[in-house]
Amino acid sequence: MNGEFRGRMLVTLCAVIMIAATIAITIFLGTKGLQAFFKNGVNPIEFLTSSDWNPLKENPEYGALTFIVGSFAVTVLSAIIAAPLGIGAAIFMTEIAPSWGRKILQPIVELLVGIPSVVYGFIGLTVLVPFVRSHIGGLGFGLLSGTIVLSVMILPTVTTIATDAMATLPKNLREGSLALGATRWQTIKKVLIPAALPSLLTAIVLGMARAFGEALAVQMVIGNSRDLPTSILDTAATLTTIITLNMGNTTYGSVENNTLWSMGLILLIMSFGFILLIRYLASRRKL
Amino acid sequence: MKNLKKLGLILTVAMVAVFAAACGGAKDGASGGKDGKELSGSLVISGSSAMQPLVAAAAEEFMNDNPSVDVQVNAGGSGTGLSQVAEGSVQIGNSDVFAEEKDGIPADKLEDHKVAVVGMTAAVNPKVGIKNISKEDLIKVFTGKITNWKDLGGKDQKIVLVNRPDSSGTRATFVKYALDGATPAEGITEDANNTVLKIINETDGAIGYLAFSYLKGDQATPLSIDGVEPTDENVQNGKFPIWAYEHSYTKGKADGLAKAFIDYMMSKDVQESLVPDQGYIPASKMKVERDAEGKMSNK
Repeated sequence: MNGEFRGRMLVTLCAVIMIAATIAITIFLGTKGLQAFFKNGVNPIEFLTSSDWNPLKENPEYGALTFIVGSFAVTVLSAIIAAPLGIGAAIFMTEIAPSWGRKILQPIVELLVGIPSVVYGFIGLTVLVPFVRSHIGGLGFGLLSGTIVLSVMILPTVTTIATDAMATLPKNLREGSLALGATRWQTIKKVLIPAALPSLLTAIVLGMARAFGEALAVQMVIGNSRDLPTSILDTAATLTTIITLNMGNTTYGSVENNTLWSMGLILLIMSFGFILLIRYLASRRKL
Repeated sequence: MKNLKKLGLILTVAMVAVFAAACGGAKDGASGGKDGKELSGSLVISGSSAMQPLVAAAAEEFMNDNPSVDVQVNAGGSGTGLSQVAEGSVQIGNSDVFAEEKDGIPADKLEDHKVAVVGMTAAVNPKVGIKNISKEDLIKVFTGKITNWKDLGGKDQKIVLVNRPDSSGTRATFVKYALDGATPAEGITEDANNTVLKIINETDGAIGYLAFSYLKGDQATPLSIDGVEPTDENVQNGKFPIWAYEHSYTKGKADGLAKAFIDYMMSKDVQESLVPDQGYIPASKMKVERDAEGKMSNK
């Protein structure tokens, strides 16, 4: 009884601390992020819809649209690359070659998680940027390089969750389909993928959430310019890269610093959005 | 019942710890040695990442001389240094710019100690093929009016600009004294000196700006401006205009350990060996000086 009680309290305490921390961060970021609008008089509509970012001008302009567009662009583009690769790898591991495929592929994918993002950025800067510049075009720095780096970084998230989703599908789905005379590929395409679809989408959305928040690796390869990108080879900037580039150089309480917090708030709101989307997808799961 | 009490205690402690972690800043006082007594205590310094190697090296020697002193040097940026020293969470805040130039800093409450000077110049990829540029052309290059090096007698090569972020002190100095305040056109933007250097070295047609200390090797070509070479001597006698002070700020008059450390930074020892070794120019060697408005005068 004593041990039961203590154990129960211990885990409850952990949960309470976690909840408190999350709420504290939300409140802090909320108040800090809104200061630019309430205290410094930055127009929130201009902040969200203008692409002119000139905090040092005589009449400073605080339009973050370029960075918001940049964030969404790299996130969506990297999901487009990582989703088919990750889900393909998951199907390979669970349906095509469950025994040896998983033995080889799983550690390889897990290895990718362990590489710190600064290393991804450095490899991107040293290998990818010159490659893009000489073989594809542009400066090398830009959306394309950012997208490639990010898709490698989110691949493990997508693959792992997709693999779990495929692996937990009930056996009788496969057996039933095969008994009806479907080939293996027909079974995968017509039965297993549709059945696992909500979980597979969850895998993609989680990957996107990670891509949206990544800063360091993207910063090193994307170019960080304040112009709206017009092609995939153009330089761009994301919310996270602008925050990391400027946070240390601005002073607390200055307008520019506060607008950086506002960008942080946008990231938090987006993160809530991704979570809501995941909850919605999970609730649609039929199995 | 007994357990419940114990639990209450644990909970309270945990909550206090969480709140302390959330609200607390480093607020330890340094008990500085006065009257020639042996120094002890701890000193926290933060700010400019450009100054960090110099200050960290000085701190190490300072700690060797005073074994019971603990000096912590954190980077984090000039803005962070100024903010933290103004709110009293560190004893010394390092900055590449005058406190007067930063928004939201009570500059009149801070005391400025100019520990070193750093010269900066534009640097180009070696393949560009030019070594000197007039100030007028430099402004045209950075504002995007000239877009090919062949217009300046170099290779037929598109110009690629490498900038610093808006808030960077290096950018502020370069814009003020090299571009006469003109806003640079958009290009690649990076903050870290080494990344900027790497990009200039590896990108054909690239031009950026860096502190002299990063331009010692045979990689990027430092440019002379209007025929004046970017050397320490030319900065010292006022011929080369692009330079900035490395400031150490204290809140109010420096006292205790902070004073001892700043005195150490200004000592002949550090000024004449460590400062030049790290690629900076000793503040004591400057024949000209400059105020926060950028007005230059002879010392």
